[in-house]
Amino acid sequence: MEYLGIIFSETYKILFLLVPVLVSVAMIVWLDRRIWAFVQKRQGPNVVGPFGLLQSLADALKYIFKEVIIPSSSNKVIFVLAPIITMTLALISWAVIPFSATQVLADINVGILYLFAVSSLGVYGIIMGGWASNSKYPFLGAIRSAAQMVSYEVSIGVIIINVLLCVGSLNLNDIVMAQENLWFVIPLFPMFVIFFISALAETNRPPFDLPEAEAELVAGYQTEYSGMMYAMFWLGEYANILLMCAMGSILFLGGWLSPIEIYPFTLIPGAIWLIFKILFLFVLFALVKAIVPRYRYDQLMRLGWKIFLPLSLTWVVLTASYLFYFNLLPIN
Amino acid sequence: MKISRIFKTILMLDFLGGLYIALRELFKSKKTINYPFEKGKISPRFRGEHALRRYPDGEERCIACKLCEAVCPAQAITIESSERADGSRKTTRYDIDMMKCIYCGLCEESCPVDAIVQGPNFEFSTETREELYYNKEKLLDNGDRWENILAANIKVDKPYR
Repeated sequence: MEYLGIIFSETYKILFLLVPVLVSVAMIVWLDRRIWAFVQKRQGPNVVGPFGLLQSLADALKYIFKEVIIPSSSNKVIFVLAPIITMTLALISWAVIPFSATQVLADINVGILYLFAVSSLGVYGIIMGGWASNSKYPFLGAIRSAAQMVSYEVSIGVIIINVLLCVGSLNLNDIVMAQENLWFVIPLFPMFVIFFISALAETNRPPFDLPEAEAELVAGYQTEYSGMMYAMFWLGEYANILLMCAMGSILFLGGWLSPIEIYPFTLIPGAIWLIFKILFLFVLFALVKAIVPRYRYDQLMRLGWKIFLPLSLTWVVLTASYLFYFNLLPIN
Repeated sequence: MKISRIFKTILMLDFLGGLYIALRELFKSKKTINYPFEKGKISPRFRGEHALRRYPDGEERCIACKLCEAVCPAQAITIESSERADGSRKTTRYDIDMMKCIYCGLCEESCPVDAIVQGPNFEFSTETREELYYNKEKLLDNGDRWENILAANIKVDKPYR
């Protein structure tokens, strides 16, 4: 009976986190399409609901009622598993995101490591989907995606080391609290820019959307998917984008801290500030999608390995020497 | 690489310029229209759905001269005629196969009495092919429905014919 109570209370907490995340994913898809349209001077989705806000809901409903087609030559178990893995991995990472000093589902002391590990696992969903489809385009898309995500994860990892050097803890709440006086975006600005660009590559967004480059690969690893399974890939993708935005706001933009510690601003709860910061980063994501052309594959690899990796490694050395020289290293 | 180019790359000036343009265009008025609720302007010469017109007293204009049937390059028009009780020649059948029709406007052009015309309506898609075999009744009905616009369009276009 006692266990049951624990299970219920935990389920309640998880639902309280997951339902808003899923709803905001739907809204964010709408926002993305709308911003994209507005930059191109189009109207964008504006028919379903006020300002077209319910467009994603209508799309989701359509996907639910569509038939799921599983190619006869595919590896069926893995084919079905791939979107499930993508979406699950995108959602479980939200467990460690702190919305305020106390509002965090799992306040584990290796939060950022967990986040990094889970977002790295995301490549499995894609590569499994691409391989199990047993078709040319999904396979090529999956290979591209795997190589791309692995490359950019390296630079994201090194950037995270930069932040951790300044914090001295892997707990996400500690990372936020360390930015009480100065957000890391100011001293580590170049790292923030590289993080942002790497996050674009990590989530397969333009200009790094080679895995689903429609001109060459139809839709990449999603080509053979239909109905709800396609929708799950789509949800996972956008949940991952939101997660990257959340990661960026926690690592560099002070997470749930209010920008100015003056009276009227301190009244607003931390969760709202975090949401604002995530939204700010997401709008940047959407704008970038609207203005940049796609990279060539060798340019993508060159940027990741020859520019971002050395740059972020150099910055690690710089940060470490600076902190060491001025005796600022956070040693607990 | 030139120094200025390296400088430009590191500061991502091109990207920031693009971002500025995107932000500027974001708030400008949209160039597309909100289609089902708002429609673009259509020329009086627009060649849309066909209609058979009537005289103001309700008499059909068509005199069954079959010029339109003869001129139709897609052979979409079929006309049969007979003498009516009052001695006038009228059509007993006037069919247009809207799927054969290429909307060239030659039927309208050839008509000596402005009976067959192509109206401004372009939203007449149907769920079955059968509905696109227009008969005389349907065409006359179209004529009654669009008469105001059709008459106005013919009047506007008259000086150029």
